[in-house]
Amino acid sequence: MKIALMGQPNCGKSTIFNHVAGYKAVTSNFPGKTVKYTQTKFKLFGETVELIDLPGTYSLTSFDLAELEARNYLFREKVDMVINVLDASLLGRSLELTLQLLELKLPMVLCLNMIDEAERKGIRINIEKLSSILGIPVVAVIALKGKGIEKLFTQAYNTAKDKPRGKTLSFSKDIEEIISQLSTELKNENVEIYPKLPIRFLALKYLEEDKFFIEDLIKNYPDFLKRVKYFQNVIQETRGRPSDVVISSERHYLSMHLYESVVVITDPQTSLRDNLDNILMHPLFGYISLGLIFYFFFNLIFGVGKVVEEPLLDYFYRLISLIEKSINPDTLLFSIISGIIQGLAGGVAIVLPYLFPFLFGLAILEDLGYLPRVAFLLDVFLHKIGLHGKAIIPFILGYGCTVPAIMATRILESERDRFITSVLATMIPCAARMTIIFALVAFYISPKAALAIYILNLIVIIISGRILSRILPEITPGMILEIPAYHIPSLKVVLAKTWLRMKEFIFVAWPLLILGSSLLSLLNYYQIDDLVNYIFSPLTRLLGLPLVVGTTLIFGVLRKELSMLMLFQALGTTEVIKVMSPTQIMTFTIFIVFYIPCVATIAVLWREIGGKMTLFALAFTFILAIMLATITRFTY
Amino acid sequence: MFSISLDSVKEGKVVKVLDIYGGWGIRQRLSCLGIHPGDLITVKKSGIIHGPILISIHGNHIALGRGIARKILVEEVE
Ligand SMILES: Nc1nc2c(ncn2[C@@H]2O[C@H](COP(=O)(O)OP(=O)(O)O)[C@@H](O)[C@H]2O)c(=O)[nH]1
Repeated sequence: MKIALMGQPNCGKSTIFNHVAGYKAVTSNFPGKTVKYTQTKFKLFGETVELIDLPGTYSLTSFDLAELEARNYLFREKVDMVINVLDASLLGRSLELTLQLLELKLPMVLCLNMIDEAERKGIRINIEKLSSILGIPVVAVIALKGKGIEKLFTQAYNTAKDKPRGKTLSFSKDIEEIISQLSTELKNENVEIYPKLPIRFLALKYLEEDKFFIEDLIKNYPDFLKRVKYFQNVIQETRGRPSDVVISSERHYLSMHLYESVVVITDPQTSLRDNLDNILMHPLFGYISLGLIFYFFFNLIFGVGKVVEEPLLDYFYRLISLIEKSINPDTLLFSIISGIIQGLAGGVAIVLPYLFPFLFGLAILEDLGYLPRVAFLLDVFLHKIGLHGKAIIPFILGYGCTVPAIMATRILESERDRFITSVLATMIPCAARMTIIFALVAFYISPKAALAIYILNLIVIIISGRILSRILPEITPGMILEIPAYHIPSLKVVLAKTWLRMKEFIFVAWPLLILGSSLLSLLNYYQIDDLVNYIFSPLTRLLGLPLVVGTTLIFGVLRKELSMLMLFQALGTTEVIKVMSPTQIMTFTIFIVFYIPCVATIAVLWREIGGKMTLFALAFTFILAIMLATITRFTY
Repeated sequence: MFSISLDSVKEGKVVKVLDIYGGWGIRQRLSCLGIHPGDLITVKKSGIIHGPILISIHGNHIALGRGIARKILVEEVE
């Protein structure tokens, strides 16, 4: 059995999904983070159920790629059951999607999630009445606490067996008349896109001027377009507004009416939101708070990281010198063992101490719902680089990992905005590069120098943004972004999310690191690294770095952290400051921060913006890295 | 009552949507968030010069860029 979770962005779908699947899908408190679907399998009454978490979509008329993905999945796949998840605290608006889903005539259960939020807002919902009007089961759920989820799936299972189809609510008489006339003509002409779409749904899509459907019509039934235009005109003439506006207003009216008949409004509890937003979104204090929050965040990472890094590194030094006593340092065996230990040490002592507090803090900010507020505050500045506020979400995610950041550009409406944001996002120092900045620059030079790198990075991104938007002058469509209520983050969810993201490092990057580190020992032992270093010598000479750094640059393309750990390996010590001057450390770090993104990033760039654009991005960042690093060499 | 565009409304005022200019995309997007002709909007925050505005509609908060707000024609109520 195949069950799909469908709902508007930020309604809590992924939270429900994770309740069943274990923490697999990232949940956060801002619209648009689920940009591709996640699947899981589980047993329900002895039957295997495939559960799919689809990207959030406001309506079945789709604008951005994430929404299109959700909609097309529903059209294309054979889904036995749709669970329509609603944010009960936004019932009126959410019902509009429900009405559209009902038009699809799929077996469906309504899940009223966030009942706790709704109650806080003073919204009490008559569930039986809602269920009888729509003709489908309705289950109240508090996903965050796991309440009602079992009942939801039991209900979904039983409903899928009975296959009731729910009721379609009717629009005004004159509109219904036109829908039925158009439907009859569609039937006579045998117009279809996906074989199982109901005719009424199809008729509505044409009247709504849905781009995807109209384009298909032009391609496959060019003669029929005239008829569609004719009916659109009839509506426009009788109602005095474009037919898409008329249809959405009708639906709006229906759901508002439905909302009023099933809801009792009582006094809301005073909301934290208004008070907090008066400060956090204030034209002056908002920016001050933003600065303070990120400054505090920066210090937190460094504080935790430094306290943990030092004793752990000490421990590994002692381990290596112990081994040196028992195994002859000139043998192959010793090379391999010390390579493995260096790799282990790199992960435990250097990367994790900075990675954990960073991801933990990011998860808290995300779940709190702070990111959309940042988008609001920074919209003005993003316009200066030809983008708008929403682009800040991929950017902030980019400080975690570039891959999801590039995926998140799907929430942007225009292709140009997606391209510019993707290129700029690759330049943002991700968590891997952050560990380099902290463990090398902050640790050996000073926290101020590390902060300076972040500021320099921002300036470069702003300048690059201006250049790119000059090259591609097009007006950005402008921001339309929901600002959700604040949620108090649950420790369990925050930890689960942090773990999900750390897994990526622990299971993918770390083994690679240990492997790379032993490989480098081997190269070293057989003195092949000299050749590689020789090939890279023009670059390392230009940047004034020790020649042995050459090999480490290749590793950096695999994973950015590898560059640093290989640096230790290549230099033969973790006490970098003894062999490299502060200028060299700075130059090296700046080069690594900007130059070619890691393979995972290249792969996702290739998929999202295409091969040509990816090559452009690679060349752009590479040239930039050389320029900046050279400047650093001579000025720092 | 005369009509003005949403971006010129002062903070704290309640207005009624009269019309939405702009193409199909913007109309549909706004409609998804519950903004249609006839709806009541409270302007919560009007960001710094040329910044976005924050509105409250049907109990929900939405940030709109200036460019978008300029396309929404409203009249003050009360
Ligand atoms: N108060 C409350 N918050 C919830 C509930 N379910 C989910 N959330 C929170 O709502 C936010 C959005 O949830 P998420 O699952 O990421 O939404 P999705 O976009 O639909 O996948 C997260 O911060 C969740 O922790 C609930 O029942 N009550």
